Amino acid sequence: MDTHTSTSPDRLIYMANQIGDFFNSQGHDHAVAGIAEHIKKFWDPRMRKKIFEHLDAGGAGLKPNVLEAIASLKK
Amino acid sequence: MSLVHEIDFGTPRSKSEKMVTLTIDGQSVSVPEGTSIMRAAMEMGTQIPKLCATDMVDAFGSCRLCLVEIEGRAGTPASCTTPAMDGLVVHTQNARLAALRKGVMELYISDHPLDCLTCAANGDCELQDMAGAVGLRDVRYGYDGENHVFAKSGPKHNHNSPEACENDHWMAKDESNPYFTYDPSKCIVCSRCVRACEEVQGTFALTISGRGFESRVSPGMSESFLDSECVSCGACVQACPTATLTEKAVIEIGQPEHSAVTTCAYCGVGCTFKAEMRGEELVRMVPYKDGKANRGHSCVKGRFAWGYANHKERILNPMIREKITDPWQEVSWDEAFNFAAKKFKGIQAKHGRDSIGGITSSRCTNEEVFVVQKLIRAGFGNNNVDTCARVCHSPTGYGLSSTFGTSAGTQDFDSVEDTDVVMIIGANPTDGHPVFASRLKKRLRAGAKLIVVDPRQTDIVRSAHIEAQHHLPLMPGTNVAVLTALAHVIVTEGLADETFIRERCDWSEFEDWAAFVAQPNHSPEATAIMTGVDPKELRAAARLFATGGNGAIYYGLGVTEHSQGSTTVIAIANLAMATGNIGRPGVGVNPLRGQNNVQGSCDMGSFPHELPGYRHISGDAVREQFEAMWNVKLNSEPGLRIPNMFDAATEGTFMGLYVQGEDILQSDPNTKHVVAALSAMECVIVHDLFLNETANYAHVFFPGSTFLEKNGTFTNAERRIQRVRKVMSPKNGLEDWEVTLGFAKALGYEMSYNHPSEIMDEIAALTPTFAGVSYAKLEEVGSVQWPCNEKQPLGTPIMHMDGFVRGKGKFMLTEYIATDERTGPRFPLLLTTGRILSQYNVGAQTRRTENVVWHEEDRLELHPHDAELRGIRDGDWVRLQSRAGETTLRALLTERMAPGVVYTTFHHPTTQANVITTEFSDWATNCPEYKVTAVQISPSNGPSEWQKEYDEQARQSRRIAMPVVEAAE
Ligand code: SF4
Ligand code: SF4
Ligand code: SF4
Ligand code: FES
Repeated sequence: MDTHTSTSPDRLIYMANQIGDFFNSQGHDHAVAGIAEHIKKFWDPRMRKKIFEHLDAGGAGLKPNVLEAIASLKK
Repeated sequence: MSLVHEIDFGTPRSKSEKMVTLTIDGQSVSVPEGTSIMRAAMEMGTQIPKLCATDMVDAFGSCRLCLVEIEGRAGTPASCTTPAMDGLVVHTQNARLAALRKGVMELYISDHPLDCLTCAANGDCELQDMAGAVGLRDVRYGYDGENHVFAKSGPKHNHNSPEACENDHWMAKDESNPYFTYDPSKCIVCSRCVRACEEVQGTFALTISGRGFESRVSPGMSESFLDSECVSCGACVQACPTATLTEKAVIEIGQPEHSAVTTCAYCGVGCTFKAEMRGEELVRMVPYKDGKANRGHSCVKGRFAWGYANHKERILNPMIREKITDPWQEVSWDEAFNFAAKKFKGIQAKHGRDSIGGITSSRCTNEEVFVVQKLIRAGFGNNNVDTCARVCHSPTGYGLSSTFGTSAGTQDFDSVEDTDVVMIIGANPTDGHPVFASRLKKRLRAGAKLIVVDPRQTDIVRSAHIEAQHHLPLMPGTNVAVLTALAHVIVTEGLADETFIRERCDWSEFEDWAAFVAQPNHSPEATAIMTGVDPKELRAAARLFATGGNGAIYYGLGVTEHSQGSTTVIAIANLAMATGNIGRPGVGVNPLRGQNNVQGSCDMGSFPHELPGYRHISGDAVREQFEAMWNVKLNSEPGLRIPNMFDAATEGTFMGLYVQGEDILQSDPNTKHVVAALSAMECVIVHDLFLNETANYAHVFFPGSTFLEKNGTFTNAERRIQRVRKVMSPKNGLEDWEVTLGFAKALGYEMSYNHPSEIMDEIAALTPTFAGVSYAKLEEVGSVQWPCNEKQPLGTPIMHMDGFVRGKGKFMLTEYIATDERTGPRFPLLLTTGRILSQYNVGAQTRRTENVVWHEEDRLELHPHDAELRGIRDGDWVRLQSRAGETTLRALLTERMAPGVVYTTFHHPTTQANVITTEFSDWATNCPEYKVTAVQISPSNGPSEWQKEYDEQARQSRRIAMPVVEAAE
């Protein structure tokens, strides 16, 4: 039975996309910057590390703006 | 020490600015126009005898004891109902007045028992005082005639006499209320109680039934207090001048002899009380008139529900155990500190510096929260600190700081007195914030308009003499769509306040926002299909809010506890800015905070990314200030938030947790996931009054102290910092801040404070918004609202007066995104959760008081139609299932719920409502989505397997080992 106790990285992907959904209405440039800033400000390093690893593995499931934002953060 | 005395001026203060001058007993006195002669006299120190007047209610003029003579006027008018006017010459005492007063008193006393010596009000009875004041020396009438005094009366006027006859006028005591009694034989029918219930509380539970000699005070339709509408706020008890309405504790203990002013530890209203004591025993709590949040009123929790402090289940000794399957071992404080410190150091050695953390409490004082976050940042060396505000109001912080620049409500509670249109969104103030609700209702009865946005028909929608102009019963989870539709109407119908926006906000951001909300897909008609709200009602509500004068928005957890919680807060801020409702009395955006110190715990740096005063941990300048003061290098990376801690625990990277005064297992969503996380940790420290649910998974238990046993401050929902004063020694031996200091010392990070005032001094030194706060200042002025600094030495009742804190107000786009928690064939109903008046939060305290008479169990509210479809009758056990889990509870059929939506509270651990709630959370802050869960319900025979297993585990886990050897002390 689905219990919603999804473990990362699924949960992190879900969270990142949710952040993306808020910023997307602001248009591409603002959205990518906003998402990146939000993740930088609020995610603990181990969460960021995990999402970077996921990005390196292809970033499946991350929506386009979110993918771009995370890539920009990783630099 | 002595009792804190408050002067009763007899009639309420007049707010007029025009002064009038009159002469009373040869002295000239100036008072605001509209002041009664009684009050004017009291202001110069002359107390005119009175019985039916008291300054918490309007004068009624029935007892005729307060008569005065006015030169040039005939007769002897009542001073409580006669207004002071320029040039009046008043005499309060002469032979004629004295004789009249004696006559009045004589009549009263002739129908009143004379058992003063053994009466509970002895020493605190205004009837007694007035008999003394008017010089009553004998009563010419006996009890021969009709009276209310004795059960039986007869020729011998002896109520003990067996041959006496029945007395129809006599009524037995009503002892149904757990906290106070009503003894009709002592009633003088002054109607102070009735007026208090109407004017102060707004419940209208009492009436005077009958006329003349027959008149009696009666709850409801001659019901007992418990069966009536009465919500047990106690205002009537406080108003009663005699022993008729008396606290049971006073009857049992006697009159108090000293008192101290302190602050309620229950909800975010932050009522202040006089804690009235006899020695170290609390006799009663009396709301403090000078309390700026409550203005002399309170609810049943603060006034009466403090018995938990002496409950037999309260734990008074520190305890430890190796495994959670072991029974607890009682140990000394030092042993407990050392055991815990050794475990935490071991975990860090094994799993790294970031593998431990802590949770601060929204129930503890600012000072206690500050030292816990300091311990974590400076002692643990990481930023894994969070607070249970995460699960309630974190979106408020995010939303309001993004738009306005501060993480707090904009007004004080007094502001409601200037409001013309009140919009309440996702809050149930009569249950959650009762004293604020009373003040709000008073304003509504005086003509302010009301809009309620809530899936449920909450009590405020329709109650005594109040009816909401518009109730928008939306589907849970569609707040953003409804708020954006309101904005759509305001913008497209040209109702936005352009002057305000041009002056105070960023115009181009406004234009973007206006274009966004004006899109046809955001109209009430287009969104109705999702929200379920009648577009006509919505349009009317928008017009009323935009054009009805001062508009104020009050909101609660029904806004924040959603996957779009932060977006909704932003939408609220947008709406307030668009209508120009910010920066003056009567308007604003006001989050109603759940727990007493939610605001304070957030202010004190309880979030993993923020130092005290909401400053990001990555900011070097600010961090360096703290480093210098604390003499340690701080980590510049944000730490884990509560849900992230649980995820990291299940994953094996987070192994030790110090939980101060919170029951995360009961209060956090998806109980099974929390259980898994707690079970995975190597050391959980619970610091609380009781073995709460979380403690079932703990290895160390630090017993806590109650708010009566410590010094400190709380900050209420209006940013008001108020003192908590110690009135008795901590039964557990240490105040909570001392416990944290003891643990820190064992860990090798010593903090030396002798008194919480020193902690406040450090907070003030490090936090610009608190710069002007000190215990000395609080002693002097009672309370201050932050920001309190050089510019605002007495604090800031209303924010953003001459510009937003962030500069220009920021409009932000709020796209509605449906939650992924959706109904479908398997889970066709939506569950939403809430609270009720007599219980508080997870109920740990209130369940351990007599308040249980009002709420013995959590019930599932559902519409009769949904019940009928499933063959469920009122009171049946039902199985409540979601994707996360299932539980059982009993059904309550009610039309307050829209079909398709069900509702429950979460005050009792056996209900396990959070077994049902899922882990969906707010996109910005991870505040859990408590308010929307797709569920199915079906008839059931009783508790679920999980509930049974859980109960058994809890029972096992709560065992305390018998001490092997009695310590020979
Ligand atoms: S306790 Fe409060 S609600 Fe009850 S009768 Fe008294 S004033 Fe009214
Ligand atoms: S119960 Fe007390 S307050 Fe009420 S009418 Fe009687 S004496 Fe007055
Ligand atoms: S619970 Fe809230 S409203 Fe009730 S007395 Fe305490 S602070 Fe006031
Ligand atoms: S006090 Fe004025 S009439 Fe009773």
